[in-house]
Amino acid sequence: MIELEGVRKEFIKGERRVLAIEDFSLNVAEREFVAILGPSGCGKSTLLNMVAGFDSPTRGTVRVDGDEIVDPSPRRCVVFQEPALFPWFSVMENVVFGPKTQGQKAADYRPRAEQILEQVGLRGFEGSYPAELSGGMRQRVGIARVLIMQPQVLLMDEPFGSLDAQTRMLMQELLLRVWERHHQTVLFITHDIEEALLLADRVCVMTARPGRIKKNIDVRIPRPRAIEVTTSPEFNALRREVLALIREESEQAAMVPVSR
Amino acid sequence: MAKFRFPAPWFVILPLLLLALWHFAVAGQWVAAGIIPSPEQVVRSWHTWIFGRSGGMMLSPYSGTWLDNVTYSSQRVLKGFALAAVVAIPLGLMIGWSRLAARLIDPTVQLFRPVPITAWLPFAIAVFGIYDASALFLIGLGAFYPIAVNTTHGVRDTNLLLLRAARMLGAGPITVLAKVVFPSALPSIFTGLRLGIGVAWTAVIVAEMIAVKSGLGYVLWDAYYVGRMDICVATMFSVGMLGFISDQVIVGIARLVLRWRTLEAHA
Repeated sequence: MIELEGVRKEFIKGERRVLAIEDFSLNVAEREFVAILGPSGCGKSTLLNMVAGFDSPTRGTVRVDGDEIVDPSPRRCVVFQEPALFPWFSVMENVVFGPKTQGQKAADYRPRAEQILEQVGLRGFEGSYPAELSGGMRQRVGIARVLIMQPQVLLMDEPFGSLDAQTRMLMQELLLRVWERHHQTVLFITHDIEEALLLADRVCVMTARPGRIKKNIDVRIPRPRAIEVTTSPEFNALRREVLALIREESEQAAMVPVSR
Repeated sequence: MAKFRFPAPWFVILPLLLLALWHFAVAGQWVAAGIIPSPEQVVRSWHTWIFGRSGGMMLSPYSGTWLDNVTYSSQRVLKGFALAAVVAIPLGLMIGWSRLAARLIDPTVQLFRPVPITAWLPFAIAVFGIYDASALFLIGLGAFYPIAVNTTHGVRDTNLLLLRAARMLGAGPITVLAKVVFPSALPSIFTGLRLGIGVAWTAVIVAEMIAVKSGLGYVLWDAYYVGRMDICVATMFSVGMLGFISDQVIVGIARLVLRWRTLEAHA
């Protein structure tokens, strides 16, 4: 489904060349939920931008369904860390932006929009503007406008990173419920170990910059999952394993000067 | 909804003080007599200028001509300003959006921009003559720059994430421009329009003083020549009022159009 092969990405920053990702290979199967977990500055977001088509690799290939990625496409939709909603559009207008732009008929997308808004718990806020909503609600709009596109691949770039702990937990549960229904292929970027383990089928732990895969960890916790699984011994064992890996990398990352 | 309360009239204190200062300066002859008219005299002349009978063998040639001159000037400002907006907004969008347009057009705009509109006067008269066209040219040109420059800035400030979001949702360049870039640039465009209308009023007075023979600018210069300082002052206030009103109209429209910006979270 998603195939990254020998991907390398360099940035030119002034006079300097920064190597963000090196020799990165990853295969995500259809309907698999993969979380990429790594210390900050390890190039996780760069990776996602390449799959989304916002950026291209310096070397190596990024393919989805066998096709090399050249452009952003509604088949690969991103939920950004900042919700990135159009502030001049109401919740409903934001959600139907995609289908409307693609020339679908209102009679087709309208009921679907209502259904999705119901699923993410935004019934009654159709006419509100983003500025009137809380951070969690905005992010739910960000998810709804992507779900309505019925993308093959859902890309999530630390979507709950800027939310408070309570809201984040609710959003994680919401995502689990929604995903268990729609079951897309998901690539989920995060630096939160618990979040990665709770949501994903597989967690890829990344090294410090330049980012590579340090280890793939399969999360064999049965679905449907609820937030309570985070207290199980199974979960704790996984958490301990990942924590050790991440600690190594964070310590290394702290040693290497990171240019921003 | 908060209960409506009349705002404390703090803003009237300073104008009243200035008015009193003016009154006593003239009455007490702190300034040379006959040069500066008293406020009472200005109000009387203004009243005649507005409500007096026009034509005939009146003592004052200005009697009853106020509305006509206000109309002349306002029409010129409106036309020139509309012309400027119609050209400057699309051009600003292009310069901000397309690197090619920026390379082609922007340097020329920046080259001409430092030339003050007052410096264009002889050129305008030579080309367009002592007609409305001269005035419209100057007003349009003066208002053009702030509108174009602010539109360009607004476009360039568009959040990259919003552009990416639109593209990933399947929007092509036209849709992105119309539904993302333009609304995102609107606050900046309105700033340009407000600056532009200010320049337009400056330009209309300059143009009417020299390049056309009607309107408030013409009256201002004419009254000065015949020593009617009272009319000069009344004209100044008139222009100030009109400038204020036109600015408030733009602010009002902006508030309506940009309602999404002033909303606040209540959840």
